[in-house]
Amino acid sequence: MAKTIAERSARGELTRDELIDLYRLMLRIRRMEESVYQKFHEGKIGGYLHRYDGQEALVAGVIPQLRLPGDYVLCTYRDHAHALACGTEMRAIMAELLGRATGCAGGKGGSMHLINPDRGFLGGDGIVGGPVPISLGVGYALKYRGGDNICVCYFGDGAMNQGGVHEALNMVGLYKLPILYVLENNQYAMGTSVQRSTGQPDFVLKAKAHGIEGERVDGMNVLTMHEVARRAIERIRKTGEAYFLQADCYRFVGHGIGDDNTKGWMFYRTEEEVQKWRQRDPILQLQKYLQEHSLISAEELDQIEQEARAEVADAIAFAENSPEPPLDSLYDHVYV
Amino acid sequence: MARMRYNQALRLALAEEMERDPNVFICGEDVGQYQGTYRVTEGLFQQFGPRRVLDTPISEIGIAGLATGAAMVGLRPVAEFMTWSFALEAMDQLVNHAAKITYMSSGRIHCPVVFRGPAGVGTQLSAQHSQSLESWYAHTPGFKVVVPSTPADAKGLLKAAIRDDNPVIFMEHASLYGLAGEVPEDPDFTLPLGVASVVREGSDVTLISYLRCLHLCLKAAEMLEKENISCEVIDLRTLVPLDVDALLRSIKKTHRAVVVHDEWRNVSISAEIAARLYEQGYDELDAPVERVAGADVPMPYARNLERAAIPNENEIVAAVRRTLA
Repeated sequence: MAKTIAERSARGELTRDELIDLYRLMLRIRRMEESVYQKFHEGKIGGYLHRYDGQEALVAGVIPQLRLPGDYVLCTYRDHAHALACGTEMRAIMAELLGRATGCAGGKGGSMHLINPDRGFLGGDGIVGGPVPISLGVGYALKYRGGDNICVCYFGDGAMNQGGVHEALNMVGLYKLPILYVLENNQYAMGTSVQRSTGQPDFVLKAKAHGIEGERVDGMNVLTMHEVARRAIERIRKTGEAYFLQADCYRFVGHGIGDDNTKGWMFYRTEEEVQKWRQRDPILQLQKYLQEHSLISAEELDQIEQEARAEVADAIAFAENSPEPPLDSLYDHVYV
Repeated sequence: MARMRYNQALRLALAEEMERDPNVFICGEDVGQYQGTYRVTEGLFQQFGPRRVLDTPISEIGIAGLATGAAMVGLRPVAEFMTWSFALEAMDQLVNHAAKITYMSSGRIHCPVVFRGPAGVGTQLSAQHSQSLESWYAHTPGFKVVVPSTPADAKGLLKAAIRDDNPVIFMEHASLYGLAGEVPEDPDFTLPLGVASVVREGSDVTLISYLRCLHLCLKAAEMLEKENISCEVIDLRTLVPLDVDALLRSIKKTHRAVVVHDEWRNVSISAEIAARLYEQGYDELDAPVERVAGADVPMPYARNLERAAIPNENEIVAAVRRTLA
């Protein structure tokens, strides 16, 4: 059945341009993430490093639909994708990873604490479960002030076993606050699977136990994520009440640089399982959709690819050529 | 000036700041309908309503996160911990989030939150309800730590803390809530954070203290005056920022110092103060810095043991004598 682009838009379906924007965003995230381990091996990035390969749809399907600034986004330490999707320049992200003064947090935050407060991105968080009590406060402030802005809070399957998360979810359900939770269920809390860590693995049920409605969604398909998120965001803006998405997904790489170095992730999952999930790569799925529906040409795909690679190379060059923070800034910003 | 109790002075500070700034709100357990366990928030629920005086479930992590998150987006929460002993549950939100967000964001995100509540020893509340952990917070870069000893100071310092854009740990003391004193009524009366107060001038020894022990120092000073020993008593008012200059000015005069607090002796505020006096005022000291502090034990229940575990004026007098020996 032929539908005009206008009709499809009105029904919440995406235009060709919007679809290509989603593809472009996910590809930029992927190419950015693919570049960071090399920088670590070169000694230019230190500490922890957590990539988002495979989970791009959770960010691309939600964040472009937000009003930034106005709305807020919180997430945990696997935050490079969220930072980029919130409109942070890749240069500023890369410079932060390399600990340069031009980083989005002035080199003071690092990989796990990217921020972009001008666009409502209150940051990554190094503490599992940390953002959830913070989201309670952000949601409370939104309700306190009135209006229909929302807070989106991402956290993982492992975090759902943290006590503070449940204190916060209880209060969110009690006070009825405008928060969208996106549970990034990539099946593993570092090296421990959901099956081995969680007595009741139905995360939506747990949200409902706190008075928050929700649903489970296929986090590997960006069109599904987009549609489910669209309805959820609309619902939250209208009712002021929280909503919970259990987004099932998978990370194609290890938890972080630590278990990826030595293919350590093979201790807790199989190559077979990884390949099974790779069949559902969100970028490949969308690419296939675009091609099958004749929405994109080979030339356009190639151009998007080249632009993404160029952006990554530019960001790296910018970061590498940026100065470190001056030593006499060590004590800056401890206090306002 | 008006005469009122310490808890009433705190209450007045909250009411005035909430009237002045619509972004200020209160949250905590039983702060609203119950009128507050120590009546610090008495009447505020009726005056300002449930949006601005929020009763929470028993969820310290939730309380701390709610306050921290709201502050990060521009509100000015005053979160109550029913006692500072209960804040232990919330340590990650306090130390890893509230204290650090300004630094980690290179100053792009602020956290103008006040965490307040009673610290320290009551009467036979036993171990889990009787600690004073100000050194934990003073130790953590990013916090300001305020310890008001009098009703006037409680009001002026709480107002200043609320107006401060940094996360403030505001420690009151359960035994002080009923203490009466003269309090300025000017709604713009505030006291600067980081400025100590010489509450009694003297020339022979400097007594340095805060909260409950400040009053013990004043008692000890009166006792010693009868023996012609002149004590200067300094009320620190804040532990971070610490007014070291006031302490140094004093020991330039007296050449002797005694630090007094309820907190456990080991690795405490007095250890830090003594270190600073040695580092910056060594030549002025005629005697080692004396410390009168809580015994390094979990607080026992039995009344006689509890009394033996916390400072009293006689111990302060004895410490002064040691500096003069």
